[in-house]
Amino acid sequence: MSIQLIRQAFNGNRPPQRMWHSHELKEQYDVVIIGGGAHGLACAYYLAKEHGITDVAVLEKSYIGAGGSGRNTAIVRSNYLTPEGVRFYDESVKIYEQLSDELNFNVMFSQRGHLTLAHTDGGVNTMRRRAEVNQIEGVDSRLIFPDEIKNLCPYLDVSDHPRYPILAALYHPPGGIIRHDAVVWGYAHQADVRGVHIHQNTEVTGIKVKRGKVTGVETTRGHIKTGTVLNATAGWASTITSMVGINLPLTTIPLQACVTEPLKPFLDVVVVSGSLHVYISQTDRGELVMGASVDPFSSYSMAGSLTFLEGIAGHVLELFPSLSHVRILRQWAGICEMPPDYSPIMGFTPVDGFLIDVGWGTYGFKASPIAGKTLAELIATGKTPTLIAPFRLSRFEENELVGEKGAAAVGH
Amino acid sequence: MLLLTCPNCGDRNVSEFRFGGELSSRPKDPSALSDAEWANYLYMRNNVMDAQTEWWHHNVGCGLWFLAERHTRTNEVIKTYPYVKRET
Repeated sequence: MSIQLIRQAFNGNRPPQRMWHSHELKEQYDVVIIGGGAHGLACAYYLAKEHGITDVAVLEKSYIGAGGSGRNTAIVRSNYLTPEGVRFYDESVKIYEQLSDELNFNVMFSQRGHLTLAHTDGGVNTMRRRAEVNQIEGVDSRLIFPDEIKNLCPYLDVSDHPRYPILAALYHPPGGIIRHDAVVWGYAHQADVRGVHIHQNTEVTGIKVKRGKVTGVETTRGHIKTGTVLNATAGWASTITSMVGINLPLTTIPLQACVTEPLKPFLDVVVVSGSLHVYISQTDRGELVMGASVDPFSSYSMAGSLTFLEGIAGHVLELFPSLSHVRILRQWAGICEMPPDYSPIMGFTPVDGFLIDVGWGTYGFKASPIAGKTLAELIATGKTPTLIAPFRLSRFEENELVGEKGAAAVGH
Repeated sequence: MLLLTCPNCGDRNVSEFRFGGELSSRPKDPSALSDAEWANYLYMRNNVMDAQTEWWHHNVGCGLWFLAERHTRTNEVIKTYPYVKRET
């Protein structure tokens, strides 16, 4: 990176090279990935890098990272509730730790520690259980109490004055925040370098299926012949999957977040409270990024609401009374496809050649690297990697749900 | 969407209501279903980006469960009406 910088300095005012290029749509691709977010681009990158499959198109109806990848609150962690979930998300954290080197692009991963607060006896029990499961799976995670919480986060009100006093917290030191756009751009660049075609402003309008097998994709820019399609469209997953006549166990619900004006650095850790439906962290620019639980009704609309702002302001002030003078800078919404068990749905479908990477609800961004890597392996070898076998679509009729609600709902 | 029309109480703030999910039909004979059919009824959703018929509950008002037709892209409510059980 540094040599590149020096070379750039001597290049005068010539602009740097483009990180990815525009291409004409080819008539045929080996693999078509629908959705140019972190998941789709990561999958394209690992297909090219680890399996030598470079004849890949990533179709994005808007610009890359326009959906959930650019709208999440950028929290990465692996302190989940089920052993399957912990193993899976921990692999993701491990890849994130090496990602700046691997992509030769600074993704600004800051492992500052992650606190999940418990305000009730039930909450403390859940945290205790999560800590045990995490430790068995080798994840650094333990239960701490108000004196230690106060040391980590002095501005947090740990007294018994609030309506929901803080009783304990699950402390997860490897958790932290990352520059989410950089992850998208880094994967896009490295996929582009290896020959993957990234097509922005290319919306999929139909999928051709002949005798139970995918044969092509219709887009707003023309027809593509292909035998393998991956649906990595998150919030819009049901609209794509309905093109091949399959229903998914998903309901699309907006999730809102907001950011305050910049403050001096005072918050070192990520603070999450399930009872108060809030998660809060301070960015490198000093802004507080805050998110809540999903909206009260399903929708594909990405409009923000005052109800959300009022709610989150009240909850944040319960935790940090000293923030009462701070102003909100902006708010936004993204859409999340919620599965019934809060675990993703990955792999094969009844339609041959049509694969899914959906059900990412409110926790998809943190899984991008490992989801991309395992799905690339699945596409290249035709075999489901053990890590994602529990997340197959058929688990619903086999009654083998992976209940992750206790750690995934408002657990960012 | 800020207001929703309760068939009993008229226009009310949407925060008075609870969303009940998209309308689906109950199986006539649940014990005759295969595992796949049962999972289909329990979990699978159309989740359309279009006009959707859905359940709403006026939980802080009259307590009525009723149906609404709403566009899920724009949140525009096309109409609301009481549920009438159809004889089949």
